[in-house]
Amino acid sequence: MSGVTLEDVRRVAELANLELTAEEEPRMQRDLNAILGHIAELNELDTTGVPAMAQVGEMLGGLAHDHGEGMRQDEVRASLDRSAVMAAAPETDGRFFKVPKVIER
Amino acid sequence: MGVSALDFTIDGVRAAVASGETSAVAMAELHYARIAADDGANGKGINSFLSLSRERAMAQAERVDAAAAKGGLLGPLAGVPVGIKDVLTMKGSPATAGSLILKGYRPPYDATAVQKLEAAGAVLLGKLNCDEFAMGSSNENSAYGPVKNPKALDRVPGGSSGGSAAAVAAGFAVATLGTDTGGSIRQPAAFCGVVGVLPTYGRVSRYGLIAFASSLDRVGPFTRTIKDAATMLEVLAGQDGLDETSSDRPVDGYVAALDKPVEGLRVGVPAEYFGEGLDPEIRAAIERTLDGLKLAGCVVKPVSLPHTKYAIPTYYVIATAEASSNLSRFDGVRFGLRAEEANTLSAMYRKTRDAGFGAEVKRRILLGTYALSAGYYDAYYRKAQQVRALLTRDFLAAFHDVDVIVGPMTPTPAFKLGEKTEDPVEMYLADIYSVAASLAGICGVSVPCGETEDGLPIGVQIMAPHFGEATMLRVGAAVERL
Repeated sequence: MSGVTLEDVRRVAELANLELTAEEEPRMQRDLNAILGHIAELNELDTTGVPAMAQVGEMLGGLAHDHGEGMRQDEVRASLDRSAVMAAAPETDGRFFKVPKVIER
Repeated sequence: MGVSALDFTIDGVRAAVASGETSAVAMAELHYARIAADDGANGKGINSFLSLSRERAMAQAERVDAAAAKGGLLGPLAGVPVGIKDVLTMKGSPATAGSLILKGYRPPYDATAVQKLEAAGAVLLGKLNCDEFAMGSSNENSAYGPVKNPKALDRVPGGSSGGSAAAVAAGFAVATLGTDTGGSIRQPAAFCGVVGVLPTYGRVSRYGLIAFASSLDRVGPFTRTIKDAATMLEVLAGQDGLDETSSDRPVDGYVAALDKPVEGLRVGVPAEYFGEGLDPEIRAAIERTLDGLKLAGCVVKPVSLPHTKYAIPTYYVIATAEASSNLSRFDGVRFGLRAEEANTLSAMYRKTRDAGFGAEVKRRILLGTYALSAGYYDAYYRKAQQVRALLTRDFLAAFHDVDVIVGPMTPTPAFKLGEKTEDPVEMYLADIYSVAASLAGICGVSVPCGETEDGLPIGVQIMAPHFGEATMLRVGAAVERL
């Protein structure tokens, strides 16, 4: 794995919907390389055949499945009041969230 | 009652409110007065509270006092002043998560943990400062200014729940709620000289928590004593239909378990937690604690957690990957900040996130996005998940032989404000003893176990298997008695 370039930083920022300033880009490049250098230590370990663990419950096997793994009943329940939710929106017509135009021409 | 608010415990406050010796209203006023005197820039400038919920607190205090006057049944937290980390929602109160992107947002609902505390009689004073989106180890990443350590005002309180730890240490609240993703309850508890509990993953509902890394995030209490921590945890724990990851395992009687003797309990000591970089004064304090546990009848023996050195790199891949996904919801559409000058949707997203997020949050989003992006997923994310399994197996194997594992909570005592802000890797290493328990999903607690020569608090960490909180707290109580 070679180092992160400025081009990589810009590409990842675009993927993450972040707009970095010209000053931020080199700083992020430096920091990412420092952190990834530390993360590279993981390559010292042979993990062939080790399952990838996404959740704690997976490792508890039967313990997790005996407890709390069932889905709840699918039933109609009260939810948040629409007007209370919309009151927190930056722009709304009271029913929907309003956003700037989506299609650029 | 004691002469100083620093002496107040949950038990003491509840008993005094029940007997009429004091009132919940008087308790709330006393704590608000201390906050007014010392938390702001005209006092000690501790900066632990970001907002106060006075109206809600006083209404609750009056309800508790009315119930006490009638001689009715009082909840386990009746009249107890409590603060809430600002990543948990309280209906109608600001919820900033320490970020500009949520400035002005007032969520329309309560977090389950918040609701449970209030139902138990707690008086909710307000919201507490933290690192932005709980990302940090010093509370210096808050958009609303750093928190000072009440035990040493030129030092950090730890993070990310720095405000929660500082408020208990400063006497602004009797107990507080924090959250812990990689150490964010236990590390600040150690730095501020209070008790901080990381409950087992799934033990406490996260509904109403502003998510950072969902496979790691947990909600837990800060208190002055282990008994108070047990009381808080008993209130907080349990299944919640609004959090599918919450466990339906019955909740143990944590308070009752504290009275059981610790004789014969097997205490594991991992050599990997006593290596290079551990402050000699902390090492000595932990060794004294272990000697004390031996005298109390515990069987102290070595255990091995061989993958410990890989915990930090593993954590920073997994936590940032999950954060990059979780934080995509902050886009200027539904709540919080929206950059006004953008005239297309995609520009609005980017400008809002650029203006709203601080440097550490951007750094972690970029790292997480990088680790998940095409060509790097297997090398970073999948690899880290595999090492997470190895780290978890370490603990499961060790807990075959011992009931709890005891070691240092932090490699150093609280460091100076500004000391590590320029070097993210050095800052991350402050969590070297906390992240493994986070990745494995087990429970842990930091208990004060002495001070350095300079008077800085030292914390000892006690870890126990999944859902082993009762035994863990029992050992914590034994440490407290040493």
